[in-house]
Amino acid sequence: MSYRLQEQPLEWIDRSKTINIEVEGKPTRGFAGDTITSAMFANGDIHVGRSFKYHRIRGPVTFANHDGNALFQTSEATDIRGDVAPAEDGMKLHAVNTIGGVQNDKFRFLGLLSRFLVVGFYYKGLFKPRFMRSFYERVIRESAGLGKVDLNWRNKRKSKRYGFCDVLVIGAGPAGMSAAKAAAEAGAQVMLVDENAHIGGTLDYQYANDDSVSAARKELKEYVLNSDNIEVQTSAVALGWYSDNWVPVNTPTGIIKVRAKQVVMATGLFEQPSIFHYNDLPGVMMASAAQRMIARYAVKPAEVAAMVVANEDGYRAALDLLKAGVKINAIADLEDHETRGDLAKQVKAQGVQIYDRHAIYEVEGKKRVTSATLCPLDANGECDATRRTTVPCDGVFMSVGWAPVTHLLFQCKSDIKYNAEIGQFRAESMPEGMFAAGRVNGVFDINDQMADGAGAGQQAAAAAKGETVDVQRPALTTIRQSHEYPIFRHPKHKNFIDFDEDIQLKDYINAAKEGFDNIELIKRFSTNGMGPSQGKHSNMNGIRILSKFTGKSIDETGTTTARPMFHPTPIQHLGGRRFRAERVSPMQQSHVEHKAVFMEAGAWLRPEYYDTEPTRLESIHAEAKAVRTGLGIIDVSTLGKIEIFGPDAAEMMDRICTMRMSNMVIGKTRYALVVDEAGVITDDGVVVRYADDHFYYTTTSGSADPAFRTVQKQILEWGLKCEAVNRTAQLAAMNLAGPEARNKLAQFTDIDLSEEAFPYLGARTGHVFGKPVTLARVGFVGELGYEIHCLAGDAAEIWNNLLKECADVNIRPFGVECQRLLRLEKGHVIVTQDTDGLTNPWEAGMPWAVHMKKDFFIGQRSLEILKPLQSRTLHGFMFPEGFKGEPKECHLLIKDGELNGRITSVSFSPTFNRWLGLAYVDDMEAKIGDGVQIRLDDGTLVEAELVSLPFYDPEGKRQTCDVDGTDGKVA
Amino acid sequence: MKLIDCPYIGARPQSEFVYGHEVRQMPKPSEVTDKEWAEYVFCRHGAPGVKKEWWHHVPSGIWFVFERDTLTDKFIRLVDIAEVQYEL
Repeated sequence: MSYRLQEQPLEWIDRSKTINIEVEGKPTRGFAGDTITSAMFANGDIHVGRSFKYHRIRGPVTFANHDGNALFQTSEATDIRGDVAPAEDGMKLHAVNTIGGVQNDKFRFLGLLSRFLVVGFYYKGLFKPRFMRSFYERVIRESAGLGKVDLNWRNKRKSKRYGFCDVLVIGAGPAGMSAAKAAAEAGAQVMLVDENAHIGGTLDYQYANDDSVSAARKELKEYVLNSDNIEVQTSAVALGWYSDNWVPVNTPTGIIKVRAKQVVMATGLFEQPSIFHYNDLPGVMMASAAQRMIARYAVKPAEVAAMVVANEDGYRAALDLLKAGVKINAIADLEDHETRGDLAKQVKAQGVQIYDRHAIYEVEGKKRVTSATLCPLDANGECDATRRTTVPCDGVFMSVGWAPVTHLLFQCKSDIKYNAEIGQFRAESMPEGMFAAGRVNGVFDINDQMADGAGAGQQAAAAAKGETVDVQRPALTTIRQSHEYPIFRHPKHKNFIDFDEDIQLKDYINAAKEGFDNIELIKRFSTNGMGPSQGKHSNMNGIRILSKFTGKSIDETGTTTARPMFHPTPIQHLGGRRFRAERVSPMQQSHVEHKAVFMEAGAWLRPEYYDTEPTRLESIHAEAKAVRTGLGIIDVSTLGKIEIFGPDAAEMMDRICTMRMSNMVIGKTRYALVVDEAGVITDDGVVVRYADDHFYYTTTSGSADPAFRTVQKQILEWGLKCEAVNRTAQLAAMNLAGPEARNKLAQFTDIDLSEEAFPYLGARTGHVFGKPVTLARVGFVGELGYEIHCLAGDAAEIWNNLLKECADVNIRPFGVECQRLLRLEKGHVIVTQDTDGLTNPWEAGMPWAVHMKKDFFIGQRSLEILKPLQSRTLHGFMFPEGFKGEPKECHLLIKDGELNGRITSVSFSPTFNRWLGLAYVDDMEAKIGDGVQIRLDDGTLVEAELVSLPFYDPEGKRQTCDVDGTDGKVA
Repeated sequence: MKLIDCPYIGARPQSEFVYGHEVRQMPKPSEVTDKEWAEYVFCRHGAPGVKKEWWHHVPSGIWFVFERDTLTDKFIRLVDIAEVQYEL
């Protein structure tokens, strides 16, 4: 049957456009503007889902996405909130928590087991016996998930945007619209956001039939929608509040990160349920839900109704129901209808039977409520079950109280207190830049709400300009709007506090009895408020019950705070588009042309190796062979490059590095090791001295920025007369290495490369291919080599020319992997690979790089303390030739069954035709020639031998190759 | 996200800054015991209060020292570097 009503004055549906959706295979017809739930309900399908724990059949309750009953999925999305999600033509929907559909869910009898599924049953029941745990886990995982994920999910990221405004107004109801208007009139740029599809808020459903507000409604809406100063965002959820009014607003097209000077919270209230037996039966819903159904979607919520009421709003809803043709058989007023004012009189005048000091004690029905039983309340507020009045009905509407939407107010650390006079939490004071207006602020009369909003809007607009304005805000309501305990015990239970999680009154009380009588603990143990709606309809009643149980006040009981996000937010919105800086060197194009395989090194892309041979390993080994026997070149532009100059430059270098730099000769280089205050190695590089007061210093690629920051900061802190410049991106660098390096490079440079003029560890400036360069003779890979530093703009030309002009000696570009192998053969440490967050130079085998006699360097005092405490040493080790295992970094050294160290670098060396590596050995007695046991992935212990470092060319003849008179040629 | 309002560069989001820790004067290494030195290196006092802190603004490459109340997370003032400089 159709529940669609005649056209309503403010309805959201467009009756000229029919849409067709399919819910669990059943065709459902609706109008454009319908939500999934409203389209279903209009067709008479009130069963929107099954509950999470007992698989109880459920209908709409809040009809505002404040409960998790109407949860659907399509093949594309798993968390579709039927109450608010627009019904789109062609949608194929399934309820998320059933096996075999809502009507014939295989788990529908689970409710019969509820006696055994006591509160906290996860913790109590499923851990013993131990061997059953994995079985339980499988069953629970199977039944606990909501929805099925399509594993062929396509990545559809939504862009994030930025928004700026003077005043952000959250909630476009009477108070919010008034605030936006007042702020805009005062000249502020306003953003008005509302989670609903249209602005209007309660003005358009609670007051839809109240002629006294129609003029104000028209004026507000017209102003808000047409003002150039107001940007309206509907279907937009303010997800949370972050420092300095940074509010992410989720829209259907992605998140807007809004930076507001001022925020007005006009978020309103969540209606709260009464707790009685079978209060989750389809047909039982909030009075405000019924009003939304009628006013927005022209859907009749029931034919015959019963109501439970504890405020004036309930009678307003009753009038709306009567007007929509719903017969009301009984209204139970928890107090006295005489105190409810004129509206109650109007309801009574229409012949509705009102039962004062009565509650709805229980309702009956199988898949929809068929009758409600009212009982009088005794002096303790309990139902007297012996005096029953049962009325037939297919709808039960609850209007017993509200909970304020204080999520963002909590997050900005407002002072939130329970106001017993109104019966709700309220922000007594808010931090600068925040205002609350309307019902969330405790102002209920509709005209007062609008005046309160306007006042807040004026104040916010003035504050945005750094001014204050004297505004008389309306007084808070003096009428209690929320009943203090609309909660009624029943011997047969099934009186639900939380519909998402199927928490019954007894569960909650039992949890408290078991000692979980703190609001934070009881929430976790009972899971009240932990379902898809996160306590929006259950938190307040939970507090009331705990407060009564413990005899503490509501304020003493306290409330759990609501963290962002206000509503669940799709990961694709949170993730946004992938913005990742990627740095490439000036030689990138050549790398690509030479078939480089790239690896990420921080933000940099670096050639890992060049894919020239059939396999990765063969390519790397071919590159290594070229460097060892002919000529290779590697792009080292990623190195951090810092220049320091000024009268105190030498002093600064001495303080930063462990080695003395002030006695360096101009035109020399020196190894630079850097430790932090704790003596831990943080960086290494090469220092070049250009002049007495001018140094150039390279850092490891990853440390470029932090190293520069440290240098800059220390210059300031110590008040030294020098300056540092970060030239990392301005300059490029490459390392030309191999026995042919000198012969070839000499043909293209004006610098004298002879051993006498330019010895090992020297540095010279001049030109290569006519471009200005600094050459440094360094030996990281263990061959005769020149590091060429040049302007980034010249680098590609120099690189390409070198590759072309050195083709006769079969020059090869080599990548990071080859460099790692070559330096390992040479026994050189890579900071962060062979060092960790605790490694000091003593352990890393570099006491030679620490000049303790200097007056001061960072970490000196710590190194002094650490020296006698050394308990591990970095050693080189080798496996015997023909060893067939696969040792890896981080494999452990074992001695007598105990941990004895770990591998930091290991590789198969084609030069030695064996596996070799570096490892920390925790045994200070260990010495060259000792065997060490290494445990491989499969647990087998293999033996390697400690050998002296470096493995390759221990006398360093190849770097200073003139010592044997071969002038650059090594046999 | 927090905005850091600086008289020189205006209000900038905190994500543009790198926190450089609280301003602390290093004791003279030669005049302290091992224990005192270890205190200096490893111990930080997390008690909330008004603190001077180093903040590096990455896009402009400038170090600032701000006074911040770590209880309220309010930046109070920009501190002249001369106030925190010390001789070794």
